[in-house]
Amino acid sequence: MIADTREVLVEVKNLRVEFKGKGKKPFVAVKNVTFDIYKGETFGLVGETGSGKTTIGRAIIRINPVAEGEIRFKGQRISGIIPKELDREVTRKIQMIFQDPMASLNERAKVDYIVSEGLYNTRNYKDEKDRQAKVEKALLEVGLLPEFASRFPHEFSGGQRQRIGIARALIMEPEFIICDEPISSLDVSIRAQVLNLMSSLQKEKSLTYMFISHDLSVVRFIADRIAVIHKGEIVELAETEELFRNPLHPYTRALLSAIPVPDPRVEREKKVLVYDPRVHDYSVHKPKWTEIRPGHFILGNEAELSQYEKLLAS
Amino acid sequence: MSEPILSARDVVVKFSLRGQILTAIRGASLDLYEGKTLAIVGESGSGKSVFTKTFLGMLDANGWVDSGSIMFEGMDLAKLKTEREWLKIRGKKIAMIFQDPMTALNPLRTVGMQIQEVLELHQGLKGEEAKARTIEILGQVGISDPAMRYHQYPHEFSGGMRQRVVIAIAVACNPRILICDEPTTALDVTIQAQILELIRGLQKKLGLTIIYITHDLGVVANVADDVAVMYAGDIIEYGTAEEIFYNAQHPYTWALLSSLPQLGIKGQPLYSIRGTPPNLFNEIKGDAFAPRNPRALKIDFVKRPPYFQVSPTHYARTWLLDPRAPKVEPPATIKAMRAKYARDAI
Repeated sequence: MIADTREVLVEVKNLRVEFKGKGKKPFVAVKNVTFDIYKGETFGLVGETGSGKTTIGRAIIRINPVAEGEIRFKGQRISGIIPKELDREVTRKIQMIFQDPMASLNERAKVDYIVSEGLYNTRNYKDEKDRQAKVEKALLEVGLLPEFASRFPHEFSGGQRQRIGIARALIMEPEFIICDEPISSLDVSIRAQVLNLMSSLQKEKSLTYMFISHDLSVVRFIADRIAVIHKGEIVELAETEELFRNPLHPYTRALLSAIPVPDPRVEREKKVLVYDPRVHDYSVHKPKWTEIRPGHFILGNEAELSQYEKLLAS
Repeated sequence: MSEPILSARDVVVKFSLRGQILTAIRGASLDLYEGKTLAIVGESGSGKSVFTKTFLGMLDANGWVDSGSIMFEGMDLAKLKTEREWLKIRGKKIAMIFQDPMTALNPLRTVGMQIQEVLELHQGLKGEEAKARTIEILGQVGISDPAMRYHQYPHEFSGGMRQRVVIAIAVACNPRILICDEPTTALDVTIQAQILELIRGLQKKLGLTIIYITHDLGVVANVADDVAVMYAGDIIEYGTAEEIFYNAQHPYTWALLSSLPQLGIKGQPLYSIRGTPPNLFNEIKGDAFAPRNPRALKIDFVKRPPYFQVSPTHYARTWLLDPRAPKVEPPATIKAMRAKYARDAI
């Protein structure tokens, strides 16, 4: 695929996010992160607990302040201090779906309020009737009945609750949805329902997704491109099949080797690789974010890059 | 095949909840063989944890084994009543590890003391001897510098390390059976791979028999010799790992395998199961999966299927295996798995 012809929706450039704790030195959660998200694609962001994947999502949606670098949405800068109207537009156009559908829904509010909260906050409805119509439409779109609006979250199963979470995002008519582990807490059979719903909504509404997950096997199924993040830095980024065919970075390889495959024969023969960050000698030559093949980015210094080149050639 | 080490027959477990009776386990049977790993798979609420808790007398106070037997070393565990009797089994002969290592450990006591306590209680070791053995066990579960780690508290350990400590406590008494209840669900995949490796190593070294409870079929493929699939409080299919993955017979097992994104084809919708599992407060008629099964036969709604034997090690509770049943095509994913299996067998 030729990347240049596609429209870039979100640009993240040299992003750095810091958290100030009690100590003098701030904790760097994310550093030197650069990537583009194209319109209409599903961009997968994969990493382990504490790798900073959620922090990146929250920086895009303006919850976590950016220490360095910038984030652009449809060409406009949305990080740092921005005009009020733009802030409201970002709130409307970028939405988020969370992992735990129980914790992310206000258990004292009815579904009607939960789904319309975004509308209230941005005053994005004409009158009460218009609001109700919008809630009804959003619920129908995620496969729930309009009469569910008068119920409370605890009356629903996990899968249904996640649908409410999706309806709440959809009602804002977003262009870009950040999905933060949306199916991790769901059962296998319910996962499939939610994944199918997300793909059909994407087609219908030409949505762009950023899919944050620790589970590479799920991301492989849903994402067009995948970025692998380790300790706050993206170490590799490529189209999904390219990443699975030619994983270059030792961390990506370790991660791929560790995913359990639902096939006993494959599992019995597999060798799990262990990633040791000490394999990188960055004392003299610093690593650079390099496009080693069209669309395939990797973090490495010159010596490593030539090694990766060889791997690709073989 | 040799004698099973543990044999559960037609176990029924009931709970009393707000004046209502809930039947959590509806006549499940199971044989466990020495040195093997049995994986129990099922969704949340299918009863996989409750079933294995009956082997340890760990049901909540409002639950009881209503009927059935659990034979272990010539004893019927279903008949044990007092805590005193259970203490001879629990921890000593059959040990269990849980999903979340943080809640399983006492945050106020050092890791070393928590292991040592078990040794003192069950094996009568004391003082320096117990300490030396504790440090040895810590080393055995792959904790580096065990002598120093002995004095540390759980919060000073990472998630994977904590799970290693929990495993150390469980194996401290050389149990015969180790029940692992989703031990890696809260961990990252790379750490998960290490813990699975550790459990496998310990199994070989200590000759453990393992029951592995999980909802992750990838993990099942990794650890299991045999697999039991649970749905609505019943084991609906039982077989070796290869039989379950490559030659599944029950429509629920088909559905479970087909809804995995790993086996799905990109750009096409995944197979998904309609509806939700049945309410166990109500009496279940026929095959519990029938209302969600698009391939259900009429009899599925009327009569509960018995176990049909597929091979000496493979059983399934579905009317589809009855000689009178019409031929029903499994979903495409299952056919692909079968084809692969058939090809490899030659």
